[in-house]
Amino acid sequence: MSLLKCDNVSMSYDGKTVISGLNFSLNSGEYLCVVGENGSGKSTLMKGILGLMQPTTGKIVFSDDLKQNQIGYLPQQSGIQKDFPASVWEVVLSGCLSSRGLRPFYTKANKETAYKTMERLNILNIRHKCFRELSGGQQQRVLLARALSSSKKLVLLDEPVTGLDPISSKEMYYIINEINKKDKVTVIMVSHDIISAVDHADHILHLCEKDAFFGKTSQYLHSELGSRFLFSNCNCDICKRTNCAKGHRHD
Amino acid sequence: MIEFFSEMLSYGFLTRAIGVGVLVSLCAALLGVSLVLKRYSMIGDGLSHVGFGALAIAAALNLAPLQVAIPIVIVAAFLLLRLSESSRIKGDAAIAIISSGALAIGVLITSLSEGMNTDLNNYLFGSILAITKSDAVLCVILSLIVIVMFIFFYNKIFAVTFDENFAKATGTNANIYNMIIALLTALTIVIGMRIMGTLLISSLIIFPALTSMRVCKTFKRVVILSGVLSVICCIFGFILSYMYDTPAGASIVVVNIAAFLLFSLFGLIQTKIPKNL
Ligand SMILES: Nc1ncnc2c1ncn2[C@@H]1O[C@H](COP(=O)(O)OP(=O)(O)OP(=O)(O)O)[C@@H](O)[C@H]1O
Ligand SMILES: [Mg+2]
Repeated sequence: MSLLKCDNVSMSYDGKTVISGLNFSLNSGEYLCVVGENGSGKSTLMKGILGLMQPTTGKIVFSDDLKQNQIGYLPQQSGIQKDFPASVWEVVLSGCLSSRGLRPFYTKANKETAYKTMERLNILNIRHKCFRELSGGQQQRVLLARALSSSKKLVLLDEPVTGLDPISSKEMYYIINEINKKDKVTVIMVSHDIISAVDHADHILHLCEKDAFFGKTSQYLHSELGSRFLFSNCNCDICKRTNCAKGHRHD
Repeated sequence: MIEFFSEMLSYGFLTRAIGVGVLVSLCAALLGVSLVLKRYSMIGDGLSHVGFGALAIAAALNLAPLQVAIPIVIVAAFLLLRLSESSRIKGDAAIAIISSGALAIGVLITSLSEGMNTDLNNYLFGSILAITKSDAVLCVILSLIVIVMFIFFYNKIFAVTFDENFAKATGTNANIYNMIIALLTALTIVIGMRIMGTLLISSLIIFPALTSMRVCKTFKRVVILSGVLSVICCIFGFILSYMYDTPAGASIVVVNIAAFLLFSLFGLIQTKIPKNL
C-alpha cells in the first residue's frame, strides 16, 4: 500500500494551470527528488501535498496510517517576517507542536527531540540567538531542524540546500540520507542540485510543462528529460553502442 | 506616600476601576504581541468602534451594556478576521468601513437619545465611573478567562503567529487558533473600552508589544515584558490621573508613550554598544 498517491492531479492559480494530470505514488521509506525548471510547479505540488492548496482536479491521497501531524515541512519561502522576535530554540521547538494535539505544553521528550535535532544540524551553539539575526544559511538550518522535529513519517523539503555552503550542503545530504535510511522517514525533496539528487534519491519526479517524468533514478538517467537536465547522455552500453545524441527511455 | 495610596484606594469606584484596568492591561498586552506581529492591529481598532456602536444601542434600549456588547463584538471579531485574511488591501479597506460605520451609527444613536454630550465623551475617551459593582465582577471573571486561555494556548499562539503556513501544513488547525485570538481580543476590548474609551483602547494592545520589542529578542520575553510593562504603565497612569485630575484612559496612554520612548532609547544604546563590553 502506497504512503502517498497523486491521482490525475491538476493544480492552478486563479484559473492558470500549473500542473496538469500528474500521476505518481510513493511507498513508505522511499526518497523522492522533485526536479524541474523554475516555475514548473514544484513548490505548488508541495503545497498540494500539504493541503495548503486544493488540486483543481484529481486527488492526493494519504495511506490510512499517515496523519497530517506526522509530516515535516521546510518551505522554500517562509512567510516569516523579518523582524519577528523569536529565539532559535523557540522556532525549533515549535516543530514539535503538531504532535501535541490539544495538550498545551511541551514535554521533556519534546525538548529532547528538539535538542537532538539541533545537535545533529550543528546549531546547538546558536540556540539562544535571535532567529532574525542569523545568516540566511543559519536560518535555513534552523528551519530544517524545525521540519525534522515535526516529521515522524514524511518530510517535504523545498530546496533545502539553497543558500548553504558546499560543506554544509554535503552535511545536509548526509543528514537527509540518515533520516531516510535509519529513521525510515519518507523524503520528498525539491532540488535544483541535480547531480546530488540523482546520487541520493531512489525516485525522481521531473515536472515539465508537457510530459512529467516519474520513475526510479536509474530510469531517469536514461530518459530524455534526464539527459537534458544532466547535460549528458548516460554511459550505459546502449548509449555507447548507438552513439545516440538524445537521451532515451530504456523500459 | 502610603497616605496618598490609602486615600486613593478609599474610593470604591476607583479601586474597582484600577482592578479592572490592571487586568485588562495585562490581557491586552499579552494578546497585543500576537496581534501586532500578525499585522492585525487594525482589528483591535475596528472592534473598539463596533463596541462603541453596541454600547450606544444598549444604552438607547436601556439594556445591560456588557451583555449586549460582548456578543456583537465577538461576531464582529470573526468577521474582521475573515476580511483581513481574504485579501490584504481589500481587507484593510473593509475594516476601515466597518469601524467608521459603527462609529457613525453609535454617534447617531447617542445623539438621538438624551444626555448626549457627557455620554458621548465617556464612550469615546473612557470613564472610571463607568464600572458598576456587577460589571466589575463580570470584567474580572472575563479577564481571568482571557489570561488562562492565553497561557493554555501560548505555544499554539506562538506557532500560528510565527509561521501560519507551517502550522497548517503540519496539522495544526491554524484557523481555530486565529479565531481564539480574535475571540480573546474581542473580550478584552469590550471589558477595557469603558475605562479606556473607544478611541484609546487599541493603544493598550499596541504599545506594550511595540515597547518590549525594542529590547527583547525572544517571543517569550516579549510577551512577559509587555505584560509587566503594561500593568506598571496602567498603575502609573491611574496615579497620574488621580494627582492631576486627568482622564484615566488618556493618562495611561501617555505613560505608555513615555515607556515606549524610554525603551526605544535603551534599544538604540544596546545596538550601539560593542558586544564585548
Ligand atoms: N501565489 C501565486 N499566485 C499566482 N501564481 C503563482 C503563485 N505561486 C506560484 N505561481 C505560479 O505558478 C507557477 C509555478 O510556481 P512554483 O512556485 O510552483 O514553481 P517552482 O517549480 O517551485 O519554481 P522554483 O524552481 O523557482 O522554485 C509559476 O508559473 C508561478 O508564476
Ligand atoms: Mg519552488
